[in-house]
Amino acid sequence: MSFPLLTATAAVPAIGAIATAAVPAAKRTAAKWLALLFSLATLALAVLIAVRFDPGAKESFQLTESHAWIRDFGVRYDLGVDGIAVALIALTAVLIPFVILAGWHDADPLEGAEPNRRWRPTQGFFALILAVEAMVVLSFEATDVFLFYIFFEAMLIPMYFLIGGFGDRAGGRGEQQAAAQRSYAAVKFLLYNLVGGLIMLAAVIGLYAATADQLGAGTFSLTQIVEARASGALTLGTGTERLLFLGFFFAFAVKAPLWPLHTWLPNAMGEATSPVAVLITAVVDKVGTFAMLRFCLQLFPEASSWATPVILVLALISIVYGALLAVGQRDIKRLIAYASISHFGFIILGIFAMTSQGQGGATLYMVNHGISTAALMLVAGFLISRRGSRLIADFGGVQKVAPILAGTFLIGGLATLSLPGLAPFVSEFLVLVGTFSRYPVIGIIATVGIVLAALYVLVLYQRTMTGPVKAEVSKMPDLKARELVVVAPLIALLLFLGVYPKPLTDIVNPAVQHTLTVVDKTDPKPSVKVDAVPGSGRHGQTAQTQDVEAAK
Amino acid sequence: MSSVASVHSLWTVAAELPGKIPAPRIEYVQLSPTLIILGAAIVGVLIEAFLPRRSRYYAQVLLTVVALAAAFAAVIGLAAGGFGSSKAHVAAMGAIAVDGPALFLQGTILLVSLIAVFTFAERRLDPATHGKRVDSFAAQAAAVPGGEAEQAAVKAGFTTTEVFPILLFAVGGMLVFPAANDLLTLFIALEVFSLPLYILCALARRQRLLSQESAVKYFLLGAFSSAFLLFGVALLYGYAGTVTYAGIAEVISDGARQVDPALAGTMGNDALLLIGGALVLMGLLFKVGAVPFHMWTPDVYQGAPTPVTGFMAAATKVAAFGALLRLLYVVLPGMRWDWRPVMWGVAILTMLGGAVLAITQTDIKRLLAYSSIAHAGFILAGVIAASQDGISSVLFYLAAYSFVTLGAFAVVTLVRDAGGEATHLSKWAGLGRRSPLVAAVFAVFLLAFAGIPLTSGFAGKFAVFKAAAESGAGWLVVVGVISSAIAAFFYIRVIVLMFFSEPKADGPTVAVPSVLTSTAIAVGVAATLVLGLAPQYFLDLAGQAGVFIR
Repeated sequence: MSFPLLTATAAVPAIGAIATAAVPAAKRTAAKWLALLFSLATLALAVLIAVRFDPGAKESFQLTESHAWIRDFGVRYDLGVDGIAVALIALTAVLIPFVILAGWHDADPLEGAEPNRRWRPTQGFFALILAVEAMVVLSFEATDVFLFYIFFEAMLIPMYFLIGGFGDRAGGRGEQQAAAQRSYAAVKFLLYNLVGGLIMLAAVIGLYAATADQLGAGTFSLTQIVEARASGALTLGTGTERLLFLGFFFAFAVKAPLWPLHTWLPNAMGEATSPVAVLITAVVDKVGTFAMLRFCLQLFPEASSWATPVILVLALISIVYGALLAVGQRDIKRLIAYASISHFGFIILGIFAMTSQGQGGATLYMVNHGISTAALMLVAGFLISRRGSRLIADFGGVQKVAPILAGTFLIGGLATLSLPGLAPFVSEFLVLVGTFSRYPVIGIIATVGIVLAALYVLVLYQRTMTGPVKAEVSKMPDLKARELVVVAPLIALLLFLGVYPKPLTDIVNPAVQHTLTVVDKTDPKPSVKVDAVPGSGRHGQTAQTQDVEAAK
Repeated sequence: MSSVASVHSLWTVAAELPGKIPAPRIEYVQLSPTLIILGAAIVGVLIEAFLPRRSRYYAQVLLTVVALAAAFAAVIGLAAGGFGSSKAHVAAMGAIAVDGPALFLQGTILLVSLIAVFTFAERRLDPATHGKRVDSFAAQAAAVPGGEAEQAAVKAGFTTTEVFPILLFAVGGMLVFPAANDLLTLFIALEVFSLPLYILCALARRQRLLSQESAVKYFLLGAFSSAFLLFGVALLYGYAGTVTYAGIAEVISDGARQVDPALAGTMGNDALLLIGGALVLMGLLFKVGAVPFHMWTPDVYQGAPTPVTGFMAAATKVAAFGALLRLLYVVLPGMRWDWRPVMWGVAILTMLGGAVLAITQTDIKRLLAYSSIAHAGFILAGVIAASQDGISSVLFYLAAYSFVTLGAFAVVTLVRDAGGEATHLSKWAGLGRRSPLVAAVFAVFLLAFAGIPLTSGFAGKFAVFKAAAESGAGWLVVVGVISSAIAAFFYIRVIVLMFFSEPKADGPTVAVPSVLTSTAIAVGVAATLVLGLAPQYFLDLAGQAGVFIR
């Protein structure tokens, strides 16, 4: 029996969580180092997964593990990764050490707080982060619908404690009021996601009932169900399939989040500390979009095609609405949250465009958005903690006082607006091209999102960093060594993947092709040859498609 | 049918030839769990009468624990001997069924009671009065609250050690209830476990008036529902000419073969069957706490001493659902198309009603009471499945739920202020800061109630919903998940209170329990996690036990 690499990748952070939580109250620093160590070990394992993963292999899932778990429910402990999962596991494993480093002091007890031998917030903070990591990794690896569901739901609990228990200390509000808003945000987060999850539970049960009815024994195995559907052994009625699809999609749309189910995200990201906000938007929410690709499309291909028009419109609304609201924000963190909603709109657009560029782009987008948002949000967090305020109006002229901080903030911002040369550009371009080749009008409207992105990012930079130096920020220190260690690698990654995305696309593309075959979609042929009608409106489309091939 | 005939012949023969009464055949070994418990209860009464006061407590606790453990061992022995499957049969002249569901439920009831005894026997939580350790029960139950006699009893350091034999009587009745195989045995078992419970409810040491009020309420409503049940029994007898389950089921499916001349006018009359069946169901749904027969639950749960509440919430539910299952699956399977729509309605009302009403509660015991109503609704969804999967899922859910409930109420006994247990929710604010461990344990129980994955609550919920969905009750599942979402809201509200609110200056303290309550809570947590992470073994058990003997 080979080494269970996938289990180990999830088990290491899980063990780390327990070990960190067990550190005595006085040894706070030891707990932090321990957590960092475990997250780095996880990163090493994730790299090992990426190395041992063979993009050219024929099987849909590699490094598989399979054990019986709950026979009565037809549940197996089935793990396996495709290219998309490998990329996202790598993203998770890369980001967590930075999240831990950036949150180094976020959970220290307040100065002057009376020592309490039993209350160990710091240990709890890092343990919860590692617990989230373990569950996220498992949900990327699970190829059993039930197993996925369990971790998809269970990760809400540590997330909930992270949001509600460890707030942003910035802001003139009293601790009382801050705590109230924090717990409001945490409860909103939990209720939205729990309702989504419970509706999905009904669909999961429905899926089981259907398989038990037609296959003899109920199963949750993704590969088995996909095969059975392809071979005709399992046929779902149109109505049933659509209901089940909606049940699954609803949960993922809440998690992703898609307009109009997005309202929990700005609250949660605004009230949480910046590292936790990164954890939410860059890591946990990716499970939602990932699951759309892996479960919605593969389990219910027909229903996915049926729902595509509505979902595309909702994604479009997300893009434009999120960007518009971001323009109007006065709070830095809420601005980034709305920008994320806009970006998730792009990801979902790419997934449901049902083209290889669109889905490949969406997968790249998940990774790139994770890195760019992490960079922007973490620098924003450093900025906010220096000034003690989240309001844009409270800043001004920071670039004169703290040039490195301002510079990194700018790069994070430019990545968010998808400047060519930085990683998100490639993915956003692919998504737009993928969408355009099938749905030109939607593709055109979606580009509005890019324009608005430029607006909110540049206005944010202008108002906070440029202009006369405000009295309150005049003593602002520049980035410290620890903070530089957090930001520099992320920026390097953004630059690298912006110039040379090939390693990622090589891993991702075969998996995307596989998904598309399951959904039974092929890329639309360019309807007009480039040289046939020179100068016509179609010219751009085909030319862009070729560009994409070149970009890959 | 042979046993039915023998009962009849017993009476007719007795009228003619008094000298030739055949002795009824009683399978003592197969009834041993019940007999051990009832025998120990009687010994307990004798201990109260003859042992000096200071040694009663230890003697009673020892006796009760040994009796429950012995009875549990007997159940295991019977199950191992094949009485749960191949050798399942009807014992005691047709009165008691010894089969898989009966043994599974009896085992669950005995284990739950064993743990409940630990919380009954806890003597560390209340501050010692006059140098003597006291438990949660009144010094002298018969004394007027606040009167001189009570003060004297408190001063003398009396404790009501009678609770242990009373508990054993209740357990004895509960063991018979899900195994009862004729309607009269069902009724007698109901009374045998209800009357001790009424008494136990009245025995709280603190807030005695509230406690007595709850007992009176429970007694009056309980008596009312018993009357309904008895009336239903009479009507069913009129319909079928017999009270045995098998006999009634046969008349329902094949029609009456031999018409008893005395019942010629009524036998086979469907009106009697429908009304009688509904009345019996009503009596059982009352014990289960299903809407609209739930009114007693919050008041009784709140007023009763918390260890008793925990015991009641867990064990009564197991027993009553067992009886309900047997009635619906053995007596009325031919009536499925009549009772299923009604039970659909009851299940939906119960799930939604319990969840919605719980939101407005401000007392933790009342909140748990409404939550128990909502859970009764989930279990009913499994009952409605009317399949073998339905039976085993209900069995599993009951086992999972009862340990969570016991643990949760055991935690409630720990949080105290000057007035005894601090059950008002506002007093629980910031408990997570004060005593993280207790709050974390309670959070585990709440998450299990809410049905979060990796806890037993999720496995149970999944099992019953799966059974319901497979039997075509898909919309019931949808209502179920919606009410789960509503229910999650108030469980989470408690977690918010405990962890995210600032502790109040005059907040309650968490008493340090003795090893007894600690064990009860530890077992609760262990069961919650084990049944959540590795439920397969227990699902197998429940699956093997899922066949009723007819």
